[in-house]
Amino acid sequence: MSDSVLTAGSPGHKREPSYLEMDTGHKGIFAWILATDHKRIAQLYFYSMMVMFLVGALIGVLIRLELMAPGRTIMDAQTYNGFFTLHGIIMIFMFVIPGLPAVFGNFVMPIMIGAKDVAFPRVNLLSWYLYVAGGIIVLVSQFVGGGPPDGGWTFYAPYSVKSATNIGMAALGAFMLGFSSILTGLNFLVTIHRLRAPGMDFWKMPLFVWSLYATGWIQILATPVVGITLVLIVFERVFQLGFFDPAFGGDPILFQHLFWIYSHPAVYIMILPAMGAISEIIPTFAQRTIFGYKAIAVSSMLIAFVGYFVWGHHMYTSGMSETAKWVFSFITFLVAIPSAIKVFNWIATLYKGSINIDTPLLYAVAFIFTFMIGGFTGLIIGSVAQDIHLHDTTFVVGHFHYIVFGGVGFAFFGALHYWFPKIYGKMYNAKLANIAWGLFFFGFNVLYFPMFIAGYMGMPRRYFDYLPDFYIPNLISTMGSWFLYAGIILMIYNLVKARRSGPPAPANPWNGVTLEWQIQSPPTYENFDEIPVIKDNPYTFKKESARHE
Amino acid sequence: MFNGTSPFVDGVDNAFLFIVVISLILLVGLTFLMVYFIFRYRKERNPEASQIEGNVTLEVLWTVIPGILVLLMFWYGWKAYTPMREVPENAMVVKAVARMWAFSFEYDNGRKSDKLVVPVNKPVKVVLEAQDVLHAFYIPAFRVKQDMVPGNPQFVWFSSGKTGSYDVFCAEYCGMLHSAMITKVEVVEEADFNGWYNGETLASDEPAGLKLLKENGCISCHSTDGSALVGPSFKGLAGSQRKVTAGGKETEVTADDAYLIRAIREPSAEVAKDFPPIMQPYSLTDEQIAAITDFLKTLR
Ligand code: HEC
Ligand code: HEM
Ligand SMILES: [Cu+2]
Ligand SMILES: [Cu+2]
Repeated sequence: MSDSVLTAGSPGHKREPSYLEMDTGHKGIFAWILATDHKRIAQLYFYSMMVMFLVGALIGVLIRLELMAPGRTIMDAQTYNGFFTLHGIIMIFMFVIPGLPAVFGNFVMPIMIGAKDVAFPRVNLLSWYLYVAGGIIVLVSQFVGGGPPDGGWTFYAPYSVKSATNIGMAALGAFMLGFSSILTGLNFLVTIHRLRAPGMDFWKMPLFVWSLYATGWIQILATPVVGITLVLIVFERVFQLGFFDPAFGGDPILFQHLFWIYSHPAVYIMILPAMGAISEIIPTFAQRTIFGYKAIAVSSMLIAFVGYFVWGHHMYTSGMSETAKWVFSFITFLVAIPSAIKVFNWIATLYKGSINIDTPLLYAVAFIFTFMIGGFTGLIIGSVAQDIHLHDTTFVVGHFHYIVFGGVGFAFFGALHYWFPKIYGKMYNAKLANIAWGLFFFGFNVLYFPMFIAGYMGMPRRYFDYLPDFYIPNLISTMGSWFLYAGIILMIYNLVKARRSGPPAPANPWNGVTLEWQIQSPPTYENFDEIPVIKDNPYTFKKESARHE
Repeated sequence: MFNGTSPFVDGVDNAFLFIVVISLILLVGLTFLMVYFIFRYRKERNPEASQIEGNVTLEVLWTVIPGILVLLMFWYGWKAYTPMREVPENAMVVKAVARMWAFSFEYDNGRKSDKLVVPVNKPVKVVLEAQDVLHAFYIPAFRVKQDMVPGNPQFVWFSSGKTGSYDVFCAEYCGMLHSAMITKVEVVEEADFNGWYNGETLASDEPAGLKLLKENGCISCHSTDGSALVGPSFKGLAGSQRKVTAGGKETEVTADDAYLIRAIREPSAEVAKDFPPIMQPYSLTDEQIAAITDFLKTLR
């Protein structure tokens, strides 16, 4: 790395205008919604996703309130059915699938590889427009047609074909959101292949970049399948063509195969970048090189590849063949191995580090803990016999929240606390951030752990009402949701305050070594004055390096 | 773990415990290590980090050991599953039909019931059919579950070692009252079962029409007391003036016998105003329909 880059952001050096201040040739809001700069697009995504997340989480809390006691509590059955569907669609298609790539991938990935932007900046903006369009269609579907869509984010046929509610429109919205994801994946793949700084070969890429690379392949190879499947649902609803509804000569199990061929790999679209972010945070806060760089990088690719062949574990009770059941179960157990390898390497990276216990590290610890619980319960339902009992119960709801919310959610907010000083050039109140983390983590476990118990006792999911036997775990779970929501609100309050009036952040507050920490905070429009030349591995911590230089 | 009812309970619960025990050991161990490292090597106690890049032996170990463990887990899970597909030859066959939002059970001799009544210690094969959308037949106490797919019959089997009454849930989302699609398996002594099966021993003073409405699950959508569920209430229906949509046009008809019969056999022909067109056609015999319409006329 050249020296001029290294010192560009250090105190005393005059800061150049950042991407936040630069003149784009457009005024007011247009400077944002017509921006092609990867860092501004990252923020467009960030704000739209946070709005959707807060709405989705609020609906989650309402769902929990309804389930606080047996019988009707605050809403009627059909409202409940609409709510869990909207909750799932928002959280899956508008929060965790764009997830870390759309926000942090867009912001830091080009910088991490020493590039000025992504390969196709305009396509990048188009992805965001598709995202917004998809989101608007889903929201509009709530208010027009035959009532708010129900049936869940899974759109299972033939219910989704027969239901009088506005499922067709919601499916169309999800289709648009899929397109947005495909374009982001394509853009990142090309960027990573073509725009790396001189000297950065694949084995010198930061692990977050590796994870986005693996994710990109899943996005472009798997997403089209669900796109087409959702369009078939719309055709079947509108033109009564028989694809999935036996009443028109279709096959409902075919729908499930097509749906999960995408939607299982989609879980890896969500989790791989999360693992990538954790692989950045841990070395920085341990102030040492990552343990097993190649093992972590290769395991991302393995997960992406093997993850294609496990979709059938969602269908053990659907009526597919017995052979399919054991094959899918067997491969499902195999994907557990690369995930375990990552956990071992992260923990080993803490060994003999020189550890700063700051907020991002707390989020990383919470991630590893919840991800382990998600993974272990995944083994339980990956096993055919137990899944027969647990499928479509609240056990599964607990499991996937531990993975997608505990995993992706904690990694997302960990990444936010990690890169916040870089993105805004401001520092947040660390104490408040830690308290919010504590509430969040505590509430999370109180909210989701009881679902395992209710599930093993036999409580089916998507149940508006339940037998009194399941009362206690549901009551505890609902109370957990209050702590969790309080934690989220406190976290957001703290960050908004920091953005408005926090003290300026130094260029490298955590003493990180990847490229984004070597430039000023917030970065300039073109990131680098001079494109760096890469000689070392990404996690090379020099002995004498002291905090704040 | 919770009871000794069906032959699968032990298999499923033991495979479950096997995974839970290994997982708990790993979870506690790894969490402890993580937290220990963070405090043991925090900046104040360890100002200079050691730059350890990796260790091939460790990488191999923590690939191979989890590999073996997960294969064992797979094997236990699969072994606990296979008996669920091996139906004993002497099994008694009962047909279960699911439609929004009720199960109905049909026995070999034509007996119908909204509860599944079976003798104790007798293998029972339940053949699962669905009329409208996907449902799932789930008996938590027996650890059995199977989706019910329209046009593609499935099955489960079990044999209960204990008499008693166990919950049956629908476990696949099937519309508004999915969570109300609940019934019971009544496991009774052989003699009680035979009495029930062969005769009208449980014969009640219920009118035949009402019994048919219950057996066919009509009352999960239609009330008999005037309250609106998903469908119009039966109270005061017969003989009244109905606003319906037929062939895209709104008209008024009188709910005479002919109308009621059409409404049951071909519900989509005339759809009652302000109600969703979700009722499935029913192929009941003329006598059964007559019993129903007779009963409807008594609901004034
Ligand atoms: C899944 C719920 C459901 C079930 C089960 C169901 N129905 Fe219906 N039924 C409806 C709905 C909704 C309507 C109104 C729309 C229509 O006319 O199709 C209706 C309409 C009717 C009508 C005409 C009422 C009117 O106001 O004109 C009759 C008669 C009727 N059902 C009888 C039955 C009988 C008898 C059964 C059982 C054999 C039955 N239904 C089962 C939902 C159901
Ligand atoms: C405040 C936070 C949240 C609460 C209280 C919450 C609560 C719930 C509950 C109770 C259900 C079960 C509904 C049912 O079975 O009837 C549910 C379903 C679901 N949740 Fe959440 N959740 C929250 C956050 C999230 C997040 C962050 C994600 C994704 C990352 C998510 C994804 C889903 C999905 C996909 C479903 C399944 C919906 C369906 O069955 O179709 N949730 N949630
Ligand atoms: Cu899956
Ligand atoms: Cu159901």
